Amino acid sequence: MNTYKVHSLSTVEKRLIRLGIAGLFLFESFITSLLPPYSLKPLIKQIAFIGARSMLVIIVAGLFVGMVIALQFYDTLLRFGSISLLGSAVGLSLIRELGPVITALMVIGRAGSAMCAEIGIMRVDNQIDALECMAIDPYRYLFSPRILAGIICVPILTAIFILVGIFGGYIVGVILFGVSPGSFFQGMSDTILNRDILMCFSKSIVFGLLIVWIACDKGFNLHLDKHGAYGSEGVSRITTESVVLSSMAILFSDYLLSALIL
Amino acid sequence: MNNPDIENIIEIEGLNTWYGDRQILSDISLNVVRKEIMVIMGHSGSGKSTLLRHMIGLSKPESGSIKLLDKEITSLDRKELHKLRRRIGVAFQNGALFSSMTLQENVELPLREHTKLDQNTIRIMSRLKLELMNLSDSESLMPAELSGGMLKRAGLARAVVMDPEVLFFDEPSAGLDPATSAELDDLILQLRDAMNMTIVVVTHDLDSAFKIADRITVLDNGRQIITGSKEMIRNFPDPRIVNMLERRAMDDLVDADDYLDKLTRN
Repeated sequence: MNTYKVHSLSTVEKRLIRLGIAGLFLFESFITSLLPPYSLKPLIKQIAFIGARSMLVIIVAGLFVGMVIALQFYDTLLRFGSISLLGSAVGLSLIRELGPVITALMVIGRAGSAMCAEIGIMRVDNQIDALECMAIDPYRYLFSPRILAGIICVPILTAIFILVGIFGGYIVGVILFGVSPGSFFQGMSDTILNRDILMCFSKSIVFGLLIVWIACDKGFNLHLDKHGAYGSEGVSRITTESVVLSSMAILFSDYLLSALIL
Repeated sequence: MNNPDIENIIEIEGLNTWYGDRQILSDISLNVVRKEIMVIMGHSGSGKSTLLRHMIGLSKPESGSIKLLDKEITSLDRKELHKLRRRIGVAFQNGALFSSMTLQENVELPLREHTKLDQNTIRIMSRLKLELMNLSDSESLMPAELSGGMLKRAGLARAVVMDPEVLFFDEPSAGLDPATSAELDDLILQLRDAMNMTIVVVTHDLDSAFKIADRITVLDNGRQIITGSKEMIRNFPDPRIVNMLERRAMDDLVDADDYLDKLTRN
């Protein structure tokens, strides 16, 4: 499946073919992850890598994002005399947009780039060929656990981000600026609907999938992007590409999902 | 699994491969018989590594047929290919060990993935192979801590841990000093004699080739010059072979106009 003729095709055709390959890659990894035999150990390892080790970054980021939006909203709402809305403003903006998007961007920077580089190096160093030669399916061995871990971890990280963010908003709004804690939380629980939670959840699942898909596909199919060097320069190039592409994909699909659900 | 009826372990016929407009291999036909050590020789860029990749089904040729253990690998699907690959072992040039695992975990990986043996048996089997490769003292080291020769031997240990019928070895002596590379040659001979393996070795090293080979195939610019015994190669009158044996550079064959054209081309 690695041999296809691209030499006489136009750029658009090449891109379409590449997109098709990426689609097949996702399909294959996803299907293999649903079929037995299931093995828990690699999945747990990936959850530790994508999820557990991103916790600290997510908590710190969540805290400061929550604090800064509380600060900004406090200043804005003060002008309209509606300080009581602070809780719902912080909660809604975190749950609908900032939580899923910033968590996804943090995971791209921390785990997506590392994953892409790791798999790219495995490709360059023939380790993926070696897997094939040992009759070990790279989709099952490398990608299924990563894709599942992405889908599992990103929503949980998003939830943690939002929780810490609300706490950050509480520190600024209630403790620093003296908004009453009752109105802060009451406003929040009044305005946040199930639909908002659903939006947050579906976004974070899609983002989790996108991050792992783009990072793994870029690394795995490094040898197909022939316009650059193959060795270490190739790895650095595809890692950059994967970070840029997955950030773009996150922001684009964020708009798409918001428009669909709202 | 061992079917003694198949004498031809590998049969290649009319193999052609292009990369873009450049033909990498043209009309290669050869066979490898059971328990033989076939050495594929050639300069860098002669297409020998590509030929190896075709034989193990890592890339598909544009035309031609490749039969490995009596199966036409150009038309196998992924599942059948994986089934067939359990019967072969491939040792890569740089070892291609997984850098996140220790040497022992690397060697144990195929056993873990393909057998239901218990931990102790797996350990014993992997130690047997590591011992054979003289690596039993280094089993808990990471690949980054190993020297080039050790990496190759470790890759070889991993390739033979499932006791394959056919072993493919890419450039055993590349990047090694003569003594270490002689050690590897002995190991290859030992594997054939002790474990009855059929072995295909790709190399550019003349000494190593003549030491281990039963038959040699010489490639030049993607063309098969000759396949035959060591004697045949030594007595073959083709100037490319004579040059190779005498380690003369090929440039005395270059046409003067052609050379000038190459230098002045934009």
